[in-house]
Amino acid sequence: MYGLSLNVRAAILSCLILIVGLLVWEAAIPAQKAVGELTEYERLTGGGQPKAGVPPPSQVIVKAWEQLSDPFYDAGPNDKGIGIQIGYSIYRVLTGYFLAAAVAIPLGFLIGMSPIAYKALNPFIQVLRPISPLAWMPLALFIIGDSEASAIFVIFICSIWPMLINTAFGVAGVREDWVNVARTHELGALKTAFMVILPAAAPTIVTGMRISIGIAWLVIVAAEMLVGGTGIGYYVWNEWNNLDLTSVVFSILMIGVVGMFLDSMFAYLQRRVTYVE
Amino acid sequence: MKPYLSIENLTQTFPDGAGGDLTVFENSSFGVEKGEFVVILGHSGCGKSTIMNILAGLAEPTSGVVVMDGQEVKGPSLDRGVVFQNYSLLPWLSTLKNVSFGVAARHPEWTKAQVAEHSTKFLAMVGLEGDVIRRKPSQLSGGMRQRVSIARAFANHPKLLLLDEPFGALDALTRGTIQDELLKIWGQMEQTVFMITHDIDEAILLADRILLMTNGPKARVAESVEITIPRPRYRTEIVEHPNYYAIRNHLVQFLGKRSKEMAGQQSEPGQSNRPTTVRIDKTDPQDDPEDKRPALRAVNS
Ligand SMILES: Nc1ncnc2c1ncn2[C@@H]1O[C@H](COP(=O)(O)OP(=O)(O)O)[C@@H](O)[C@H]1O
Ligand SMILES: [Mg+2]
Repeated sequence: MYGLSLNVRAAILSCLILIVGLLVWEAAIPAQKAVGELTEYERLTGGGQPKAGVPPPSQVIVKAWEQLSDPFYDAGPNDKGIGIQIGYSIYRVLTGYFLAAAVAIPLGFLIGMSPIAYKALNPFIQVLRPISPLAWMPLALFIIGDSEASAIFVIFICSIWPMLINTAFGVAGVREDWVNVARTHELGALKTAFMVILPAAAPTIVTGMRISIGIAWLVIVAAEMLVGGTGIGYYVWNEWNNLDLTSVVFSILMIGVVGMFLDSMFAYLQRRVTYVE
Repeated sequence: MKPYLSIENLTQTFPDGAGGDLTVFENSSFGVEKGEFVVILGHSGCGKSTIMNILAGLAEPTSGVVVMDGQEVKGPSLDRGVVFQNYSLLPWLSTLKNVSFGVAARHPEWTKAQVAEHSTKFLAMVGLEGDVIRRKPSQLSGGMRQRVSIARAFANHPKLLLLDEPFGALDALTRGTIQDELLKIWGQMEQTVFMITHDIDEAILLADRILLMTNGPKARVAESVEITIPRPRYRTEIVEHPNYYAIRNHLVQFLGKRSKEMAGQQSEPGQSNRPTTVRIDKTDPQDDPEDKRPALRAVNS
């Protein structure tokens, strides 16, 4: 055991925890009786239907295998593959997110560079920021009309704040010495912004972007439960209505996996732009 | 004729934080000749960095003008290179890039290869060669970082090179090596240099002329001491020069005593404060004994 590296030992421990956890889960769920063994009474009260109970992991794994081997099938509005549903969600998240970035990063630059812009805009930011993004939904649905665009708007509004605030904070905190280096080298405003201020503030900006993508992924599930139609949030809600808890558990896991994937992309970006002073 | 760099009636006041004004220096005037190495010595807080920032164009004086080569200094320029005390390297760029971005700014018409070659050459001049120049500043020692910063400044051939306590954060041995490198590169380039320090020996080793500042507030450049020790100078040899201890004592006396006594003294209001020239030369029989007497006494006692 001691010959193994820390990482290998940690991985072994992770696997152990997973296996033990799954076994405990499996053991805790009483097995469903086969239909033949049901009493008359049980059959009459719907016991013959797949029972709406928390599924054991074995069932979830079977479900996952089934879904992931054909993730993109499309059999009508209420029966689409998990890949398609997640695809819709990611599409909405990224659209809203990048629209937010396109607004927040330049605006954050402005606020960070100009104390007067900071002071003037700060009260608005402070009031708008704590509003739950879903609170915008009715207004968005009314004004925009389109449910798809409303969902994107909700993502936009929830991802804008961390990026805006972090960009402003990062830009305002750029060391004056570095700006002086740019000035003594007669770099123009644009060159100073891209060669000095952006790389100097990048770690803070990317931290904001990472927080934003995390929030956006949290919010999309709720937003899709509200607007319906497509997406992983709708899928979860729909399976709940079908009392298919195996699918619910499976999609919860998928939400986690995709969220982790999104986050790790930004973690990678963060490592790329981080510098040691 | 006006000197190459001429500082005329420079006054700087700052709000003192209690509603009043703090006059750092008032009506200060002095000049620097082309190719000259001038060091300014003074106690901490007397306004050396403030003067340097004004010369660099990074700050504006309350009143007064700085004229270089017939042109008034207004804002920073590639003609005035700055070596900051804390090196101010951009930590996300490699050593080479830290130099080459400046070279590229100076010579936008050059190709990438030309820029890289020029930058590499100047890094080599301060002893940075090979693998080192691909490293980030965080992977360099303090001395190496200051070398990069010096290479960056020299590589741009500024008309005036400004150094603000460039070796203040370095250990004595490293400081010595880099001082030698600075002297070598300065000898090759006939660069006009204006440097701040609080190290007397460093000042004597490097300078053609030392400007002495009285203590603040209302500090002024009181004396301009010529360093009458021929070049090339080597730290091991200059201490044996007859003028060395005479000059050194004069400086020690000034910083230890007279900078305090003279603090706040001004000439007539509105008149400019020019430094008195002090020339101490024991090798010269024509030397005016009036000027060097205090220094000589200090040596002999
Ligand atoms: N931006 C500023 N605002 C207010 N006071 C300042 C400012 N910059 C410098 N000072 C004051 O001016 C004086 C001279 O400072 P400085 O030029 O940094 O001194 P030195 O470099 O000689 O140690 C100090 O008393 C300092 O507190
Ligand atoms: Mg200083």
